[in-house]
Amino acid sequence: MSAVADTGAGTALHRQHLAAGARMVEFAGLEMPMFYEGIVAEHRRVRESVGIFDVSHMGELMVSGASALAFLDRLTTNRVAALKDWRVQYSAMCYESGGFIDDFLVYKLPGRYMLVVNASNKKKNLDWMLSHAAGDVTIEDSSGEMAIIAIQGPKSEATLDRLVPSGSPLPAYYEASMLELLGGDVLVSRTGYTGEDGFEIYCSKDEAVALWEALLDAGAPFDIGPIGLGARDTLRLEMGYCLYGNDIDEHRSPVEAGLLWITKLDKGDFVGRDAIVEINERGPAQRLLGFEVTGRGVPRHGQRILAAGEEIGAVTSGTFSPSLQKGIGLGYFKPCTPTDVEIDIRGRAVAARITPVPFYRGGSVRRKR
Amino acid sequence: MSGNDLKYTGTHEWLRVEGDEVVVGLSDYAQGELGDIVFIELPQKGSVVTKDEALTTLESVKSVSEIFAPLTGEITDVNSSLEGDPGLINTDPCGKGWIFKMKFSDSGELSGLMSAEAYAEHTKG
Repeated sequence: MSAVADTGAGTALHRQHLAAGARMVEFAGLEMPMFYEGIVAEHRRVRESVGIFDVSHMGELMVSGASALAFLDRLTTNRVAALKDWRVQYSAMCYESGGFIDDFLVYKLPGRYMLVVNASNKKKNLDWMLSHAAGDVTIEDSSGEMAIIAIQGPKSEATLDRLVPSGSPLPAYYEASMLELLGGDVLVSRTGYTGEDGFEIYCSKDEAVALWEALLDAGAPFDIGPIGLGARDTLRLEMGYCLYGNDIDEHRSPVEAGLLWITKLDKGDFVGRDAIVEINERGPAQRLLGFEVTGRGVPRHGQRILAAGEEIGAVTSGTFSPSLQKGIGLGYFKPCTPTDVEIDIRGRAVAARITPVPFYRGGSVRRKR
Repeated sequence: MSGNDLKYTGTHEWLRVEGDEVVVGLSDYAQGELGDIVFIELPQKGSVVTKDEALTTLESVKSVSEIFAPLTGEITDVNSSLEGDPGLINTDPCGKGWIFKMKFSDSGELSGLMSAEAYAEHTKG
């Protein structure tokens, strides 16, 4: 509950956050909004209507050159060669050990790729890519010049429709396009981290304020409002989406994390493939699973998971689900875990049950990631 | 609801002195910082507590916070309506969101509490 020191390091939308009454927190070296009116109200706004997020903390790494495709297919787990122009792919990079360096989105744009990476992993990704660059590859960090604004929720399409020239087609799910917004062309993809239909808008820093205000105006009939990192976390956790640093890290491979679906073991060699194949054949020591609390309490990162008094795993993400009105979480479990377990919440063994993810199934997202 | 007649601790509890008892809750400032409170473990009625002892856990959506005994004494009552509606601490922190009552054993400890003005200064950070 200590006040955040004003580091002065904010995004292009810092003033907008302060004016909207945001509680700011430091995140990856930036002052970011944790919540404005409250996590639960913001969460509901996204599930029921539309919310607007500043996600400018994410990093954008541009990869171009004649060898860019071969380079990315060698470094990332998903099949980059399958990406057509204006398509987006969820993917990851792993160490030789199979452990995650990061998970991210890969955009195929004409003549280049854009990787949208986690804020705290930007330098790690960049260093890794630079040290593995071979052939005609150019890697650039564009994060310093860009802002990202997301609108998420069942009314996000109707909101964006009010801002583009009438009749402009909007991108389909996991596709991107250049849309005319406020007289300029802006990269927009139909992606997100909430389980709702929505868009992510990549603009230059000096366009960010005007776009933010225009989106607030366009969404006013739907009661649009700003959403902080707090609700971003409850929304993604209700969908069972992984968060790097919590649910995946350098010690976990796609096998343990249930992310083999973004790992194409048949695409040819890539960094980490041998280890991932071996872990998959041997069987992982632990698996990432979802659980819901049936007793009273809220699970948190780091708490022990017990079955019949024995420690069988640990919570990697936990929160109170505003949609389901109960504690939910993700955690790593030993194989053959019984369905009924207990979470050690500060010394209290609270009953919980292994539950398939997503926890929340009412979202407006077009199809499952 | 800022509660000018209230006393405050550095750990964000408010107290209302009623004879040899105090009513204790979480300050308006602290509930605002914590955000939506969704769960509370109330202290045991009748338990004897020492000043600064951790008594109660509050869970907001985002984080966990503790309520400490502001004085030494005995818990005489707890607000059991918070079990069904912990959000009362957000909506009415100094009223219906009160957390417990305690009988204090050393009135000298009262002098260590902050006035509303001093607390407002304390939270300016």
